[in-house]
Amino acid sequence: MNPLTQGAATVASPHAHGGNSVARCMLDVQLALTPATLFGFWLYGWPAFILWVGTIAACLFWEAVCLRLQGVGRVRETLFDGSAALTGWLLAMTLPPWAPWWLAVVGGFIAIVIGKQVFGGLGQNVFNPAMVARVALLVSFPLPMTAWISPLPLHALPAPELLDSLRIFLGAPIPDAMTSATWLGHAKTELMRGVDLLQVTGSDTAPPLPWTGLRAGSLGESSAVLLLAGGLYLIVRGVISWHAPLALLAGLALPALIGHSLDPARYLAPSVHLLGGGAMLGAFFIATDYVTSPNTRSGQLVFGFGIGLIAWIIRSWGGYPEGMGFAVLLMNALTPILDRFVKPRVLGRDRRGRPLDLPEREGT
Amino acid sequence: MRLTRLLKPFSGRDWGIHPDDHKRPAADAPLRVMPLPARLYLPVQQHLGGAARPTVVVGQKVRKGERIADAQGMVSAPIHAPTSGTVVAVTDITAPHPSGLSLPAIVIEADGDDVWGTLSPCPRPFELAPQTISERVYAAGIVGMGGAAFPAAVKLDGAARARVDTLVINGGECEPYLSCDDRQMRDFADEVVEGIRLMLRATGATSALVGIEDNKPEAIAAMRTAAAGHDCVRIRPVPARYPMGSEKQLVQVLTGVEVPAEGLPADIGVVVHNVGTARAVRAAVVEGKPLVSRLVTLNGNCMNAPGNVEVRLGTLAEDVIAFAGGLKGDGLGLARRVLGGPMMGLQVPHWRVPVVKGTSGILALDADEAAARQSHPCIRCGRCVQACPMGLLPLEMSARIRNDALTDAVDLGLKDCIACGCCAYVCPSRIPLVQYFVHAKGELSRQDRNRLRNEATKRLAQQRTDRLAREAREKAEAAARRRAEREAKAAAKTDTATAGESA
Repeated sequence: MNPLTQGAATVASPHAHGGNSVARCMLDVQLALTPATLFGFWLYGWPAFILWVGTIAACLFWEAVCLRLQGVGRVRETLFDGSAALTGWLLAMTLPPWAPWWLAVVGGFIAIVIGKQVFGGLGQNVFNPAMVARVALLVSFPLPMTAWISPLPLHALPAPELLDSLRIFLGAPIPDAMTSATWLGHAKTELMRGVDLLQVTGSDTAPPLPWTGLRAGSLGESSAVLLLAGGLYLIVRGVISWHAPLALLAGLALPALIGHSLDPARYLAPSVHLLGGGAMLGAFFIATDYVTSPNTRSGQLVFGFGIGLIAWIIRSWGGYPEGMGFAVLLMNALTPILDRFVKPRVLGRDRRGRPLDLPEREGT
Repeated sequence: MRLTRLLKPFSGRDWGIHPDDHKRPAADAPLRVMPLPARLYLPVQQHLGGAARPTVVVGQKVRKGERIADAQGMVSAPIHAPTSGTVVAVTDITAPHPSGLSLPAIVIEADGDDVWGTLSPCPRPFELAPQTISERVYAAGIVGMGGAAFPAAVKLDGAARARVDTLVINGGECEPYLSCDDRQMRDFADEVVEGIRLMLRATGATSALVGIEDNKPEAIAAMRTAAAGHDCVRIRPVPARYPMGSEKQLVQVLTGVEVPAEGLPADIGVVVHNVGTARAVRAAVVEGKPLVSRLVTLNGNCMNAPGNVEVRLGTLAEDVIAFAGGLKGDGLGLARRVLGGPMMGLQVPHWRVPVVKGTSGILALDADEAAARQSHPCIRCGRCVQACPMGLLPLEMSARIRNDALTDAVDLGLKDCIACGCCAYVCPSRIPLVQYFVHAKGELSRQDRNRLRNEATKRLAQQRTDRLAREAREKAEAAARRRAEREAKAAAKTDTATAGESA
């Protein structure tokens, strides 16, 4: 029955191909992530680099284990199609930059094995693997997952050398002086203490939120502007479409604008929402994940807006300072339904799939 | 990078694809006319519809243009001898089809005279009745020259019946590599325009819109010059985009009206014909010449001298290639042989297949062009959804077909698929999507046929049961009647006997 098994040679047309490939898509996305990642290395030093390598290696390791267990013939080819490495890269960008090795290994396991392979491998998973891993880690290990580092270039303490960095990766305690809260985290804590936001932003203890990204956070948080640039590169290259990212940013900024103008003491400004947390990473690199987002442009608009809106709700009223990961997972779950109801109109048919009515013609 | 290219991701719905067209230098090479080959192989099925029935016997002498096979059925076309010579065989040959299955064909050995039989030219064709024009087109065996090979006269008649008002002429030639229509318009624009005017007369349409992709400026200029003075023929450049030459897409771009699904362009007052068909119509109506030759594009990286060749129908692709300069390195790097264009053409197993009425190209593709590679799992990138000119969801349909859920695939619009190949062309996982769809459509029509056959069998069986029951009943009734008569007779006899006794 499977047409692929009817003889080795593919005989059906077309006899030409545009030259695009899965590996090329993945490579383009990795290229787009590079500036933000390098900036993160500069910001948080060797430990961030070692964590990045470790997370990608963990993902590749678990992918190889799964492929071996499944008895897949083309292990090497599938392993290096770029998808597992990209998952690892994205996961690394959401972890605290000085996170220990076991967070990377457990995260890689959750992302690849639980997030992807149990569903049937590449293309079959319902949830974004990197987000599954991040959320699972955050819920299971809240302390190491919120141990943020203030940017080294702004620091009086010397940046750790390579060996010290390895020690940090292997679990050495991080000096308290190095840690700092993220902006969203700080705002949430203060709000919960009953301090209103006008005082928080005015106080000296607040970590700065400059657009340059010189602040505490994950690699995918501090370098919002570079991530935006990477996202625009992907759009121009045609790797992703603008629909989901723009809708996500709109879904985040619009309620933020309304809330902030109504009660600035209670609700953060839209700029803080857009530049803080995982907004840019989520918009351009997570919401545009092919596998877990809707197929149609209109579906992607709904999908993106939903993520933005849910993220804003969690940030504003939820217990967590950042809700991008939860929002992505919730909308991932809705994707099959969106795909079922939001379909392109077939040429010559109306939206319900019935043939178009014949136009009135003279003489007939 | 130009600004338009930068802004392209932000523009509206962008159906279809923009493949590298590979049309030049083949399109710019002057047209070559191939001399007569020694033998011609004419399959009886060169068109959509019923196969033609041979009317010649082995050993019979035929003249050029003589009819050698009759049309059979409502949708069919006759076949004519492309040259004078002797019928040496009516036998099975490899069909121009990827299956490599055989098909009956008439083989003619040319005698070299190449003289036309008696032709009946018509010096004043525009005085002919519309019906007469389509009769001459029918008799000339003309089919759609764009590749679909639907009998042209059937379409002209249908259009006249549906009272179409617009004749759309397809000069799009959106398939990469092909340039025979381009050459046709550059070199024979006057003939094409005259053919278009004849088709206007045959269909009763008031105006003709000639859609030509804007990557053929020479053809547009030549056609504009030829159409000057004929207000009814309008030359309309259209953006180069595949599949612009697909009927429904071209009609929508030129007239702004969508052809309803499950319908024909005639439903909205439009009929579509190809430029090559227009020229063939002129030859048939004005000169009385049947369709015995066509332009074929030879192209592909393995071809020594890409270009267009006028070829007699029935010439083996092998002979055409040999005439046109052969293959590079004697075909060493050849990866795929294709008849037609690369997007919808047919892969053939060898070159010993004849050029037929619908053969627009002979392509010798190297490994880079054919791009045959292992397919990977679908990553749901949705590129096929953006590319599909019909607005379908190729990834969803192929997933259903893979699970044998053909009904679900039909619900998703499988029957609206035009097999243009855009989805497979853009697929980063190189999934042979068209193969899935062709397979599913074949499977569905097989199921339909089976169902019809089962129903027919059931009906026959039921009829037989009914008949047997009826016969048994009639037999029983007849027996009962006879018995009754016998008893009555016996009773009467007894009565008379009793009466006699009593008397």
